Amino acid sequence: MVRADPSPPMTAYLLKRLAIAFATLVLASMVVFAVLEILPGDPARLMLGMNASADQVELLRNQMGLNAPLAWRYLHWAGGLFSLDFGRSYTYSVPVIDLVRERLAVSLPLALVALALSTIIAIPVGLYSASRRGRAGDTVAMGAAQLGVAVPNFWFALMLIYVFAVWLRLVPAGGFPGWGAGAWPALKSLLLPAVALALPQAAILARVTRSALIEVLNEDYIRTARAKGLPYRAVLWRHALRNAMIPVLTILGLQFAFLLAGTIIIENVFYLPGLGRLVFQAITQRDLIVVESVVMLLVAAVIAVNLAVDLSYAVVDPRLRTRQ
Amino acid sequence: MTLHIDIPEETFVGILAKAFRNTAFVTGFVITVLILAMAVISYAWTPYDVTKLVIADKTQGPSLAHWFGTDHFGRDILSMVMVGARNSIAVALVAVGIGMGVGVPLGAFAAARGGLVDEALMRVNDLVFAFPALLSAIMITAIFGPGAVNAIIAIGIFNIPVFARVARAGALAVWPREFILAARAAGKSSAQISIEHVLPNIATLLVVQGTIQFALGILAEAGLSYLGLGAQPPMPSWGRMLFDAQTRMVVAPWMAIFPGMAIVVTVLGLNLLGDGIADILDPKSRRQR
Amino acid sequence: MNLLEVDTLSLTIGGTQILKNMELSVAPGEVMGLVGESGSGKSMTALAVMQLLPHAARATGRITFNGVDILAATEDQMCALRGDDIGMVFQEPMTALNPVKTIGEQVAEGIRWHTRASRADAEERARKMLDRVGLPSAKFPLSRYPHQLSGGQRQRVVIAIACALKPKLLIADEPTTALDVVLQAQILDLLRDLVAENRMGLLLISHDLAVVTEMADRITILRRGEVMEAGDTARTLSEQLHPYTRQLAQASMHVPARARPHGAGSSLPLLDVEGVSRNYPGRRISLFRRAPDVRAVDDVSLSMAPGQSVALVGRSGCGKSTLARMILALDRPNAGAIRFRGEAIVGKREAALKPARRDMQVVFQDPYGSFDPRQKVERLVAEPLHLLERRPTRAERREMVAHALHEVGLDQRDMDKYPHEFSGGQRQRLSIARAIITRPKLVVADEPVSALDVSIRAQILDLFAGLNQKLGIAYLFITHDLTVARAITDEVLIMHEGRIVERGKTSEVLDHPRSEAAQALVSAAPDLHRAIARRMQEQG
Repeated sequence: MVRADPSPPMTAYLLKRLAIAFATLVLASMVVFAVLEILPGDPARLMLGMNASADQVELLRNQMGLNAPLAWRYLHWAGGLFSLDFGRSYTYSVPVIDLVRERLAVSLPLALVALALSTIIAIPVGLYSASRRGRAGDTVAMGAAQLGVAVPNFWFALMLIYVFAVWLRLVPAGGFPGWGAGAWPALKSLLLPAVALALPQAAILARVTRSALIEVLNEDYIRTARAKGLPYRAVLWRHALRNAMIPVLTILGLQFAFLLAGTIIIENVFYLPGLGRLVFQAITQRDLIVVESVVMLLVAAVIAVNLAVDLSYAVVDPRLRTRQ
Repeated sequence: MTLHIDIPEETFVGILAKAFRNTAFVTGFVITVLILAMAVISYAWTPYDVTKLVIADKTQGPSLAHWFGTDHFGRDILSMVMVGARNSIAVALVAVGIGMGVGVPLGAFAAARGGLVDEALMRVNDLVFAFPALLSAIMITAIFGPGAVNAIIAIGIFNIPVFARVARAGALAVWPREFILAARAAGKSSAQISIEHVLPNIATLLVVQGTIQFALGILAEAGLSYLGLGAQPPMPSWGRMLFDAQTRMVVAPWMAIFPGMAIVVTVLGLNLLGDGIADILDPKSRRQR
Repeated sequence: MNLLEVDTLSLTIGGTQILKNMELSVAPGEVMGLVGESGSGKSMTALAVMQLLPHAARATGRITFNGVDILAATEDQMCALRGDDIGMVFQEPMTALNPVKTIGEQVAEGIRWHTRASRADAEERARKMLDRVGLPSAKFPLSRYPHQLSGGQRQRVVIAIACALKPKLLIADEPTTALDVVLQAQILDLLRDLVAENRMGLLLISHDLAVVTEMADRITILRRGEVMEAGDTARTLSEQLHPYTRQLAQASMHVPARARPHGAGSSLPLLDVEGVSRNYPGRRISLFRRAPDVRAVDDVSLSMAPGQSVALVGRSGCGKSTLARMILALDRPNAGAIRFRGEAIVGKREAALKPARRDMQVVFQDPYGSFDPRQKVERLVAEPLHLLERRPTRAERREMVAHALHEVGLDQRDMDKYPHEFSGGQRQRLSIARAIITRPKLVVADEPVSALDVSIRAQILDLFAGLNQKLGIAYLFITHDLTVARAITDEVLIMHEGRIVERGKTSEVLDHPRSEAAQALVSAAPDLHRAIARRMQEQG
């Protein structure tokens, strides 16, 4: 209904959050770059192999810009990141961006499906539990959530494989046919990984939703709403849910980071050719430019999601967007 | 976000009495003690020697001789689970120690000083938060190679901002209280106030967060060693055991089931313990609607 | 027929008896005052009528509203009554409104729910209602959020929600306790008018006998869940037949016996404040712009002689607490000088402040918040001893704590207890013990009795008066309550919007206020004497 138009504090808040996100991103890139710097071994030597002569190495070092001053090299590298030029993979001998693009087609759908699944399960369960606090339904739901929080996702994945792939033979145990083979086979092979990722996260989210709601339900304004004659359900939906969204959003943002990290493990369990598997293999092959690039990309994704969460606070909470 | 702290006003005995009526606390406490006992006992005794390979006994199902069965080298899984508990607990505990030891003073300091110091520390926090534990572990492993110590460092670093945030939020809720003003009027410095008044009042929060991070640390360590980035063979670890089990799921499912159960039970116990403590010490959570 | 009839109502929560054979009735158009000290069960009575009791509560007896048996009514029936036939106003306006909804939404919500009116119609009615409670559309559009309003304005919104559908019965639970006296008078006027306009019954719950006397036709006095006395307000309070009624009335009007002030007229001032100002930076309104600074304290000067007792009186937000903090060197002024015993304290380092801190102590308002719940009384009361030149030994420390506890009327064995083992009044005694343990020359007391029940308040005021006599301590009493100022101080300073607008002998200023601010404070202050007299007059 009546909306307050965005006033100066809103823009100030947005700009501040944006500036913080950008500064964090720059600092993070410095950290990643510094790690690259202190790594033992000469990348030029690594590329050319042990048999190359010192002159050859020196030539490549110059070509790669490794002899330039540190600050210049950082700017060059960071500039490359902005223009999506991550460099070339040592082992695959292709631009890293091509690898990333290919792998992202697996990882991104996986993370998004998992996030959606987790949210769709968790919020209704949290609402249900909070509204029937202390009764049998709540106890059962929260018992299940307590268990869900304790289950490591990769073990859960193994159990899912055992039941659904080995035993029931409903879905493939692993591997990815590629999107070229049609959407359904591809989605089918992402189903178990997404469930394995989503359920433990859903358990956490359901618990947070419940406790945030219960906290809000103890507030004075809930009593005011009840005194207006609204039934309990209406109070829950109209007054409690929106106020409880703030902690829930915070956790959703954190969960995205966990999901990203989780994909690294889950992709290894299911042999999915995603970013996680790429970075993991790159470590074992010491293809550092790939490790660096993927880590930077994931870090940027985490920062972007946190920014989105900060901005969504402003949508939910008018205190952040209106004048006092 | 603001944090409300209701400081419980009870004596130690009263809290203890309440604790033993709290199902979550008692269950969690018993499980945690049992797991700890298992880890301690494993130093002195395990049913079988986990370093000895008995190929003749390989991949046997659970039996009276081998309660949890044996693995592909004929090692007793129960013994390996017991020894693996040491590793998991040690990694998670030290990582919590690092997180608390560095994070709590930082958070308390930020809250006490406020202003630019606070802002700067929180920005550094954001930075560390942008590197999920697994990513830091991957970077650290890329530099120093895999190992339990690197797993501890990676998980520990990620714990620092968590504790810093909790300590700061808790301290910010305590600082405006009148008893702090009274202490200032009595000429106490902000360092003295932080130690004498603020820390004791946020101890509950920290203990609860500690159990949560302990549980998360166990999960993270299992994930790292599953990927081969944690403890290295022949030292048994729960994550590594699951990795070995994966390719043998069809013939020896018990190899995956029991180490996984060990993780679930341990984490469940710690979470119950944390919930129980929070429940006992925070009267607000017990309030009726 | 009575609108509301409460009959033999008993209430237990988790085995604790809250109400016992409670009786109460409200007729249409009548104001019933329900008076009691904290813990007497008055709020629970209100929640029982609304059926909004905590889950563990068990009620027996009868509550009849307009022919409906409330205790037997279903939740659906209650929802139909709440907000439509019974409205309720709560004590804490700062938390009673949903922070993420506009005031328009919150007022219109009940109207839409009960009348099935269209959104536009409901908003129009909400608009009218907000106009009626004194929130005109020019300054308070429906799109305002609660955080954009002050406490008094928020309470008006809560009243608009409660009265939007012209209920037959309005329940107001301590509606003005969180507000200062001037706002209190305005809100009470508003309630009185609304009740008269719509012939509502009003159940007014308050701990303040004077407020209830001014408002109520009949009065019910509750103590520990039992009705002590009930009847016509004027008669009940003028006759004071029941001993508890008499005790309450006397405590409300209590004035401690005090001899002439100590050392008054002595030459050297104890405290000298000269041209002190304190600004707070304005809120950031955009990335590069801030609102102009807020001047909390504006060019204030004052002087106190040793042993003198001075009241600093003003409405909430007038800057009196900020001034107190600067005097206590807990906050720094932007301009001006503060001298304690002739020595400047502004800008000194903490170590150099030690001697001044030793002679200057503080008592806070909230007896619950002013002690660290994790420490024992011995450590808490001894905290200022840290300011002494020589650290006392453990035995000396216990001796000093015991002595201080004795002086405030507590037992020396109390030093091994935790603060939660004491009642509110006892805690305020502890607070005083802590303040006097270093034998200070000045005690700054920030609303030291406003959180206490009247009978306890009287005792604490006596204690303050006695210590003033015995130890020659000078007091700076910060209060919005004129009865406190009258009871215990020689001089009064009236503060308004950061400035001191009037000063003089307490009795003179309070009897013949000259400034507008002082007049507003005096005329708004509830006064039991005056209220009873007025009631008697009205009834002939």
